[in-house]
Amino acid sequence: MKTRIHAAEIDDPSMVDEEEIRQSPFWDWDFAFDAFPDIFMAFVEVTLLVTVIGSLVAAVLGLVIAILIMVLPKPLAWVVRWVANFIRMTPIVVQLIFVFWAFVWMDALTIGIIVFGVHYATYMSEVYRAGIESVPKGQWEATTALSMSAGRIWRKVVIPQALRSTVPSLGNYAISMFKDTPFLLVIGVAEMVTVAGERGAPVFRTTEVYTIAGLLFLAASYPTAVLINRLEKRLAYAH
Amino acid sequence: MPTPTDAAGIDTEAAASSSPPDTPVIEFVDVEKSFGSNVVLKDLNFQVAQGERVTLIGPSGSGKTTILRLVMTLEELTGGYIYIDGEPLTHENRDGKRVPVSKKEQKKLRTRIGMVFQQFNLFPNMTVLENIIEAPIHVLGQTKKDAIAKAHSLLDQVGLPDKADAHPSSLSGGQQQRVAIARALAMDPEILLLDEVTSALDPEVVDDVLNILRQVADTTNVTMLIVTHEMGFARDVSHKVMMFDGGHVVEEGPPDKIFTNPEQERTRKFLSAVLGH
Repeated sequence: MKTRIHAAEIDDPSMVDEEEIRQSPFWDWDFAFDAFPDIFMAFVEVTLLVTVIGSLVAAVLGLVIAILIMVLPKPLAWVVRWVANFIRMTPIVVQLIFVFWAFVWMDALTIGIIVFGVHYATYMSEVYRAGIESVPKGQWEATTALSMSAGRIWRKVVIPQALRSTVPSLGNYAISMFKDTPFLLVIGVAEMVTVAGERGAPVFRTTEVYTIAGLLFLAASYPTAVLINRLEKRLAYAH
Repeated sequence: MPTPTDAAGIDTEAAASSSPPDTPVIEFVDVEKSFGSNVVLKDLNFQVAQGERVTLIGPSGSGKTTILRLVMTLEELTGGYIYIDGEPLTHENRDGKRVPVSKKEQKKLRTRIGMVFQQFNLFPNMTVLENIIEAPIHVLGQTKKDAIAKAHSLLDQVGLPDKADAHPSSLSGGQQQRVAIARALAMDPEILLLDEVTSALDPEVVDDVLNILRQVADTTNVTMLIVTHEMGFARDVSHKVMMFDGGHVVEEGPPDKIFTNPEQERTRKFLSAVLGH
């Protein structure tokens, strides 16, 4: 996968008459159509990829963290909780830079996915914790009365009931992660907004490229939000 | 008002229970339970024999429900010992020292005990059938086919043959409680704990649920420990009634005696308050 897309390859800025650019209209459709494919490819290849894989990592790891804090012996649970607190309470930009330089041999895109996944896992673990705590005490008592194994209790009773109330919040964190992806520029990953800037800079045009980037964000976020809403309703009806 | 059939039922039970060696099914020895500084039960000693049905009555806060919850290991025992079939449930007495039993041992004993709760506690994310077959398959190791067949016959027994695929939320309270009874019975418990099973139900469905339990009492030899405010039911099904107050047994005896001719003034007062005369 290409991690850098050079917008300047297409137009050589030295060939462009600056006066002409400044006098050109506010919105240039030709340029917009010209720039769109690059921006869109960066959107799919970086922004979406990081969000989708990062969200999956966060959703799974978040659940693991939440369960570990509940089932581990106290001192260990305390350690997990404070590591999670530390990650949650420090800025993701700092984490990106730190991990990028601590693991210089790793591909920047992989680092991006891991940092986003772990960072948001610490948020999602809190959502799961609230979901797990919302499972009524009587449910746990019924599992004891039936002598169910810990594995079956979690998999068949607690997690399914906890998830019902967590879906909207988890979805919102996934959308937050999506909107945080431009931070990837600090470790040199050419995600959509960076590419948009690179595409516009040589010709001193910014309106088109950033509008396209913004609309692409909206085009992905909005349907996702609607989907989460639907899913939430469906889960509510199922019980 | 014992009917002749009830009396006959009790007689046969009594005869059956005297034949095996007399290890009590449930035995409380010097049981003490406190929540923080609040002592709920103190120096409690009693035994329940095989097939015996014992009803615990008394004012709320007298510790009846706590006794059931201790047997089901839903509460931690803070003193003394509970034995199930002669085996220690939570702690064993090793030369006067209270030593906790292993989780594994406790779990093995616990599979012999079933409980029906006031609030049903069915799993809302499972169908009625899934609720019933979960533990028989994954705890007792029954085959899915056997568990399903048994579940259907239990659903017939509780009068809900066509509700196997329903979700608990689509059932009324009375129906949910009947499913909960079927779920407990699916484990073939040796001991069935009934914790105010009709207290959360609409008055008109209370009798449906009680009749099913009467039938279970008549057709099986399951040992029952019952907490209820339904005195008519207590009188019909139990061999023994224990009156509790303040964590102590005030009085115990056969239902006829306790309900018609109690020895203790405290029992008399409680019964007249509950029965409304």
